[in-house]
Amino acid sequence: MKAFTLDHARSAEEALASLGQGHTAIAGGTNLVDLMKLQVALPDRLVSLRRTGLDAIVPEGDGLRIGALVTNADCAADMRVRQDWPLLSQAILAGASPQLRNRATTGGNLCQRTRCGYFYDTTQACNKREAGTGCAAREGFNRIHAVLGTSDACIATYPGDMAVALLALDAVVLTEGPFGPRQIPLAMFHREPGDDPTRDNVLHPGEMITAVKLPAPTGGRQVYRKVRDRASYAFALVSVAVDLSMEDGRIARCALAFGSLGTVPWRDPKVEAVLTGEAPSPALFAEAADVLLRDARGFGANDFKIPLAARALAATLAQATKG
Amino acid sequence: MHLPLSDMYNKPDERNLLDHMHQGVIGKPLDRPEGPLKVSGSATYSAEWRIDGCVDGVLVLASIAQGKATAVHQDEVLARDGVLAVIVDPAMPRRSAQGMATKAPKQDVANVEYFGQPVALVVAERFEQARDAALALRVDYADAADPVPLDPHAPGVKVEPAPDSKPTEGGDLNQAMRDAAHTLDVEYETPGHASAAMEPHATIAQWQGDSLILHASYQMLAYNVKEIADCLGLSTDKVRIIAPYVGGGFGSKLGITHEAVSAALAARELGRPVRVVMTRQHVFQTVMRRSETLQRVRLAADAAGRLIGLGHEALVSNLPGEQFAEPVTQATEFLYGGENRLLKVEVARICRLTAGSVRAPGEAVGMQVLEAAMDELAEKIGIDPVELRKRNLPAKVPVKGTPYSSRMLVEALEQGAQAFGWAARKNRPCQTREGDWWVGMGMASAARVNMMVPAKARVTLKADGTALVETDQTDIGTGTYAILGQIAGEMLGLPIDRVTVKLGDTALPPGAGSGGSFGAISTGSAAMHACEAIREKLARKLDCKAEDLAIQDGVARSPEGHGRPLTDLLAGEDLAETGSVKPGKTAKDFSQASYGAFFAEVAVHAFTGEVRVRRMTGAFGFGRVLNAKTARSQCLGGMVWGIGSALTEELVFDTRDGHLVNHDLAEYHVPVHADVPAIEVILLEERDAAASPLQAKGVGELGICGAAGAIANAVYNACGVRVRSFPLTLDKIIADLPDPFASAA
Amino acid sequence: MATTLLTAQVNGTPQALPQDPRRTLLDWLRDDLGLTGTKKGCDHGQCGACTVLVEGRRINSCLSLAALHEGDAIETIEGIGTPDALAPLQRAFVAHDGFQCGYCTPGQICSAKALMAELAEGWPSAASVDVSARPMPTPDELRERMSGNLCRCGAYSNIIAALEEVIAAENPV
Repeated sequence: MKAFTLDHARSAEEALASLGQGHTAIAGGTNLVDLMKLQVALPDRLVSLRRTGLDAIVPEGDGLRIGALVTNADCAADMRVRQDWPLLSQAILAGASPQLRNRATTGGNLCQRTRCGYFYDTTQACNKREAGTGCAAREGFNRIHAVLGTSDACIATYPGDMAVALLALDAVVLTEGPFGPRQIPLAMFHREPGDDPTRDNVLHPGEMITAVKLPAPTGGRQVYRKVRDRASYAFALVSVAVDLSMEDGRIARCALAFGSLGTVPWRDPKVEAVLTGEAPSPALFAEAADVLLRDARGFGANDFKIPLAARALAATLAQATKG
Repeated sequence: MHLPLSDMYNKPDERNLLDHMHQGVIGKPLDRPEGPLKVSGSATYSAEWRIDGCVDGVLVLASIAQGKATAVHQDEVLARDGVLAVIVDPAMPRRSAQGMATKAPKQDVANVEYFGQPVALVVAERFEQARDAALALRVDYADAADPVPLDPHAPGVKVEPAPDSKPTEGGDLNQAMRDAAHTLDVEYETPGHASAAMEPHATIAQWQGDSLILHASYQMLAYNVKEIADCLGLSTDKVRIIAPYVGGGFGSKLGITHEAVSAALAARELGRPVRVVMTRQHVFQTVMRRSETLQRVRLAADAAGRLIGLGHEALVSNLPGEQFAEPVTQATEFLYGGENRLLKVEVARICRLTAGSVRAPGEAVGMQVLEAAMDELAEKIGIDPVELRKRNLPAKVPVKGTPYSSRMLVEALEQGAQAFGWAARKNRPCQTREGDWWVGMGMASAARVNMMVPAKARVTLKADGTALVETDQTDIGTGTYAILGQIAGEMLGLPIDRVTVKLGDTALPPGAGSGGSFGAISTGSAAMHACEAIREKLARKLDCKAEDLAIQDGVARSPEGHGRPLTDLLAGEDLAETGSVKPGKTAKDFSQASYGAFFAEVAVHAFTGEVRVRRMTGAFGFGRVLNAKTARSQCLGGMVWGIGSALTEELVFDTRDGHLVNHDLAEYHVPVHADVPAIEVILLEERDAAASPLQAKGVGELGICGAAGAIANAVYNACGVRVRSFPLTLDKIIADLPDPFASAA
Repeated sequence: MATTLLTAQVNGTPQALPQDPRRTLLDWLRDDLGLTGTKKGCDHGQCGACTVLVEGRRINSCLSLAALHEGDAIETIEGIGTPDALAPLQRAFVAHDGFQCGYCTPGQICSAKALMAELAEGWPSAASVDVSARPMPTPDELRERMSGNLCRCGAYSNIIAALEEVIAAENPV
């Protein structure tokens, strides 16, 4: 780990001031410290957000405001979340391990970096880690990589679970920064790689997540399905978040988001349009999958994600529309 | 004093001494005596010894696959805070020593032979300084002029017969395959595996004058002393290794490796103790891998399912010049019949991390494939898989004609099937659907060679009526502390709390080491011999023959019946004896193996192809059970390895530059709690005098040997997809799954 | 600031936090405080051997910087019990053979202790069919909740058996 200085911000304002001076924020540290030990992340100055007071979960209108420093564990265990936004609780609980969830925070989890083995390995070419060095994954071992939203520069996935649920739930990311406060819909928070894979999200330098806001509960049936290589403690190969409501045997409303399928948490209104107003059936689910995966492209080792996504979608819709 | 038997085990010891003692501790499921230390964090592992003045070293790994490290820019990092030395020494090994090597592996790290090979060690006052500097150290490389291929399947790769072994041939397999009523000719592949012991390799090296003391985590200390002495040009009496607790080995700690040698060199150069702990990434990249295998199995059977031909051929890989080749066909030699046979292993020479022993070398991957092939044959013929095994157990080893010393395979098959409820199995796939899951059952035989290795142990019956067992034998989780205490307690008639076992120090008599499932029976036999010698002396004090001496709870009785407390008999004097065993003719006169049977029930997700093991039963016969609790745990552990081998574990090497892509525990998937269901273990008692005077055989690896085959067979039974490439990840399954919206086929 | 000693409580005793902010909680416990019961298995939060309790919550000490724990109450395996005074969880692990090599064991036990507290607080898990319901300590629930602790020796089913026994003893029907 490169040597660094560590400051402790005693308020959000102090944190912002430090960030404005080029410090790197550390909350739980479960991703950052991991990357620092490997010298994938090389910050000179850290500022701890531990005491900024951003760790409350508070109702706001009919919705819920979750502070950036709320741990994943606390968020998933919060009874309001469990009852009214169960998709979020399910998704968080599917991620990482209890130990990691006790430290990982709402803000940090949204900013977590990819798990691409070439990103993680400083002996390998990686445009995300170091612009312009190339992408070793395209022709390499890309089993866990994206089939949607890729570019010539990068095919890495955003690996988290919580953000997928937040995307389906129409969450909004609240930030403070040098240009003032922003409210960023989750659908616009993460960036596809395009020409500049080094930036995973739209945060400006010096900008900090202060909270995530959930809108009013939908009251729908919510299912998070995470498909992975072992039964726990592993990242998703593909995950599906579904929130839908039935009426008279038809899907009245639905929101779907997908994890580890695209370079960012993936939501496609065209897929939802296929399903809305229709009676559930295997044929309908297949049609939705076709629309979802129309532009999907595999790179060899991850070709299977395409049929897997279709199957996982069918399984999750079948579960959510049952009875 | 002259022992009644030579220490070479030339004839089976039919006396079966342990069954004629009176203490009643042998075989019992006693708690491990070191348990309280382990559960309270008080057991000291190698990195944890507090040694004054100790500093930390971190290895530097090569970032090319092969060539030369032409320059190491030491000055740049020596200028950093706290950095004390950069060790680049021709004595540093390029490769790990193989198990029981007794000499140095290839040295001189200026020559780079595989991506990730250590090339230097950076030492600093504090760990963070060393780690930082190690990552910053600039090394210049020149690529090899004549590179060795990185891919075992590359065109033009050099393939040789496995060294130190010859193919087994008998009759005419090709003819049998033409003539037989039923034949099978299939290819399977298994990937590379890592031992992935929970404790990373760690050594603290200190010099006292010209003597070297290592606190190091290794499995076979007497051999490791020779290996590091040879690396450093020392005589073996100048090296001592201390390892009372080893946090798992599974083969990766059989032979000395990089951190120990570089720590010793650094400590010598700096004149102070140096600790080198491998990072987890280092362990994956530098120590050892189990080779991937490509296996062809040919089975030729008559109309009744009796094998008349058996072919098992394997292609494995290793670095040029390595003698080790994964002995894939080891159990196939003796397990089933079929006089027309060809068993063969070939090695592709490639540029990749050293291949060596990972738990159950040979059988782990050979049995899993053979048992899958047998399952395919059973289906072809239309007979029950258990029945097929029972029909194919020869009276003597095919071709060689050696008799079996013991074999409880039939009992394991029958009792295991009964306990598991095998009769409920549907004999066609896709018959059982529970919600979104296809459910199926599969089975496999278990077999693992048994061997004895030279070992010594000293037992002291102290004047105070307690006993001490001492040997450099390690306990790597194997239960050695428990078992040696129970052997001594039984032989000397002492309650277990009066027996102390001291292990893992080469100042003590050299045990067998932990490997090949031979530790307990070899070192245990040596301890038993030592106890026999003590009993002889006690018998003389009571004027009777040793076989008539009965000791229980510290009181000795001769046939006359007067009980004398041992403390009386000893009259203030300790009695110490060193027992010794060596393998002898029994190893050649008999085919010795431990046997068993696995039964697995799995669920395959109808949509996603995820596989979950719902329950498993294993029944095992391995001679006398020395401790039912630790033996059961060994079997459980082995079956967990089987789950990993079947479903999740795979080393992925990028064949463009040879680097290991998944070099940590996040992406090399060993089973987690949620992967492991209720597992039932049935221990079958038997006595095998040819295997050891303890009448015991090895059990440490048996639980792996075939388990993954049972799981693969269960997957097929569940969903009708036969995957011939391990691990059975879902991407290999979903292509051929039936329509998820269908119920039973 | 320079002369103020920042401390955390470790097993009830205040200890001065290290000067080098790079020092992880794990290395501080093991090397600076000599509390080697907590183990380093991977140093990257991938195995759970380094699990300790911070304010009663289990975390991977390898991924936390010691300097971030000022004022925290930290409990390690040494605080849970000693060889002469083992806690019920530790005794159960011995009786059920919930370990072999012993290296993952302190992490498993710390994790198990925290797991029991989480269950008592009604926290759901990925194994819970209904996240809003009070979870029950079924084998599937226990396995999922312990999945952050690897055991290469494969003592998993014995660990679960030990945990079930202790939970049942604390919650007699």
